[in-house]
Amino acid sequence: MDMENQPVIEFKNFTFQYFSQAEPTLYDINLSINEGEKILVVGPSGSGKSTLGHCINGLIPFAYKGEISGCLTINGVDTRDKSIFDLSKIVGTVLQDADGQFVGLTAGEDIAFALENDNVPYDAMHQRVRRVAEMVGMETLLDSSPFELSGGQKQRTSLAGVLVDDVDILLFDEPLANLDPATGKTAIEIIDDIQQRSGKTIFIIEHRLEDVLHRYVDRIIVLREGRIIADKDAHSLVSSEILKDTGIREPLYVTALKYAGVNVSEEIKPGYIATLELNETRNAVVDWHRSIKKDWRENTNPTILEMEDITFSYDGSRTVLQDINIKIQEGEMLSLVGKNGAGKSTLSKLLCGFEKENTGVIRYRDADIADLTIKERAEIIGVVLQNPNQMISKPMIYDEVALGLRFRNISEEEIRPRVEKVLKICGLSPFIKWPISALSYGQKKRVTIASILVLNPKILILDEPTAGQDFRHYTDIMEFLVEINKLGVTVILITHDMHLMLEYTPRAIVLSNGYIVADTKASIVLTDADVISSANLKETSLYHLAQMAGIANGTQFVQAFIDYERRLKKR
Amino acid sequence: MSSEAGKLFSYDMVDTPIHRLSGLTKLICFLFLTFAVMYSYDVRVILVVMVFSFVVLRVSRIKFSQIKLMVIYVAIFILTNMVLSFFFAPEFGVEIYGTRHVIRELWGDVALTQEQVLYQVTKQLKYASVIPLGMIFLLTTNPSEFASSLSRVGVHYKASFAVALTLRYFPDIQRDYRDISQAQQARGLDLSRKAKFVDRFKNALMIVVPLIFSSLDRIELISNAMDLRGFAKAKTRTWYTAKRFNRADYTAVILSGLIFLATISVSIFINQSRFYNPFI
Repeated sequence: MDMENQPVIEFKNFTFQYFSQAEPTLYDINLSINEGEKILVVGPSGSGKSTLGHCINGLIPFAYKGEISGCLTINGVDTRDKSIFDLSKIVGTVLQDADGQFVGLTAGEDIAFALENDNVPYDAMHQRVRRVAEMVGMETLLDSSPFELSGGQKQRTSLAGVLVDDVDILLFDEPLANLDPATGKTAIEIIDDIQQRSGKTIFIIEHRLEDVLHRYVDRIIVLREGRIIADKDAHSLVSSEILKDTGIREPLYVTALKYAGVNVSEEIKPGYIATLELNETRNAVVDWHRSIKKDWRENTNPTILEMEDITFSYDGSRTVLQDINIKIQEGEMLSLVGKNGAGKSTLSKLLCGFEKENTGVIRYRDADIADLTIKERAEIIGVVLQNPNQMISKPMIYDEVALGLRFRNISEEEIRPRVEKVLKICGLSPFIKWPISALSYGQKKRVTIASILVLNPKILILDEPTAGQDFRHYTDIMEFLVEINKLGVTVILITHDMHLMLEYTPRAIVLSNGYIVADTKASIVLTDADVISSANLKETSLYHLAQMAGIANGTQFVQAFIDYERRLKKR
Repeated sequence: MSSEAGKLFSYDMVDTPIHRLSGLTKLICFLFLTFAVMYSYDVRVILVVMVFSFVVLRVSRIKFSQIKLMVIYVAIFILTNMVLSFFFAPEFGVEIYGTRHVIRELWGDVALTQEQVLYQVTKQLKYASVIPLGMIFLLTTNPSEFASSLSRVGVHYKASFAVALTLRYFPDIQRDYRDISQAQQARGLDLSRKAKFVDRFKNALMIVVPLIFSSLDRIELISNAMDLRGFAKAKTRTWYTAKRFNRADYTAVILSGLIFLATISVSIFINQSRFYNPFI
């Protein structure tokens, strides 16, 4: 380390406790970051990684109060001696919710926000906005409103909004959480390019390790329960046991290598798929692939839900859904994928009766359901929104779950056993008398699922059930859905999550611009270049691994991986 | 999603001379003309301003569909106002103008007089000429620019920014509302008129409670995002959307200033009162 350069960020014996919490969220953090470094912080939910970010950008201690011991210096000055405004000139923060942080009515206005607050005169402001917009490729969209921009474009706008201040440090708080895979990949590339060009210090907080490792990072800091448990480069971290122990998903190709019996050590440079050196271990991968028996079980159950020749338009001119023909077998668990605006949510609204199709028929067990009301359809098809806060309207868990039954004038004697049964299924029995406010996000999600399941729907539609969840919560929610599915409920998942498709749903339906462009095995969807680009997905790293190992049929390799895992998990 | 959300104010960026004016100009002109019309009770002056405001409406290419609802409301308001004014004070015109020319006896000692007709027509024309001006202002001004012009006429920027922010997030909250309402209806919530009033009130809470909680999350996020980019650190701020004054702006301000002065002059020098009295 160059002794003349003092670190830009330095934590010394830093401990922080929110006033509202009984225990510190960060314990004894010692960390120094030099100018121009690119740092990735990973850790499960509740590990304190967002809190660490808040300390750097000044939200702690200025917006969130708490007790600090030890010290944190930025450019050599203790953050407590600065204001949040001083810090905002040094640290630019891009928050995870690109839509919520968009304060302007147009992209240009949003980028200019910091300059407006600094009283920068009109001409200088417009010049700087234009220059920064060019850096992130937004120069032609400056007059667009947030409703016209995609998630990725909003995030670029946010990035431009902090670059406009010429900050030294860029802090990204879960930049991938709300993006589809293709947009997330581009976001990582943009961050990397900006660092290459400007030499800024980059601090990324994210639990989706493999996606960030699409490009090089200098160091990865692993947080667990408020402590730093590792500070390593990618090769060393990926080849250690730390990821498994902390509940962070390792890159998929690494999992495959381990299944194949390859010793994943630093020598084969496993940190990035691009640096991986297979050499003599290639044979192990090929042999493993050959050894896997095909395990494709056709679902031969009768059709439970059918959409025939459905078309739909909100305004009569722009069609949102066109020529939709889908047959879903009883007991299936499948994914519905596609870009934002492809028609996925609209499709589920038609099924629930919130909107009425212009032409075509929807059948449940061969009977047309056109005449059923929203309330009647809910007893067949239940829908769970992405954000549990949008569904919960009662303070107590019991009342929330009972709500749908009470609306149906069912007697309290009959309600009690039904609620108890469904809470048991959902693993919420111990909480039956609890207020909802005492629950974690994942538990709230279960409450919302329970409140739908209590109506005994035969089909359950979930919108992004695992969005923003870490690996452990993701696994909890998905294994829970597998249990529900085993009870005979057909499950439709609207999702961008490629792991979810790979691990849980053998079949995926892909929508693009209102048309079905694929209705096939997940392994095909995740390896077919045309489908991938139409749905804003990206090729799974398993496909690259197959290529590196010289396996001609990448799709087959991905399917083999799925079959192997399914047998491993005995599903 | 966005296709159904629509825009709250159907502000459309059309390129017309009126759209090109700065928001501040439009606000000043609007105030000048409104004061002119409000001050004067000279039907001739008011007619001139009214014709002027309809010409401007035409120039700014506002479509009837954009203002249809507002026109209906205004028409209902003017009609009600007219009827009520007559019933409560049928002799008010006589009082003002000091003469009584009966057109027709109605009932009791109530009669329709020329004075009353002139007074009421003048009054309704006042509304009819001011309201198009307000519509022009709202529909041709970018909401953020509106906020910036408010702050330039002395409203504190925190208050004017709140206006812009409300417009920014209103569609999001509308969308949340619709999603929540649909999800609750699926659980069996009855929002139709079939339900009893008390039940309907209780049912509305089923939507409002989740809406409040999801909005609170949103507010925390926005306020953090604003803090992190230095909102409210200085006593003043500049505006990206502010438009510089150019010749057209000066012309517009001077023109509306002249109309204002002319109106006042007509009252002072010609009518020698706020009222134009053809009866003496």
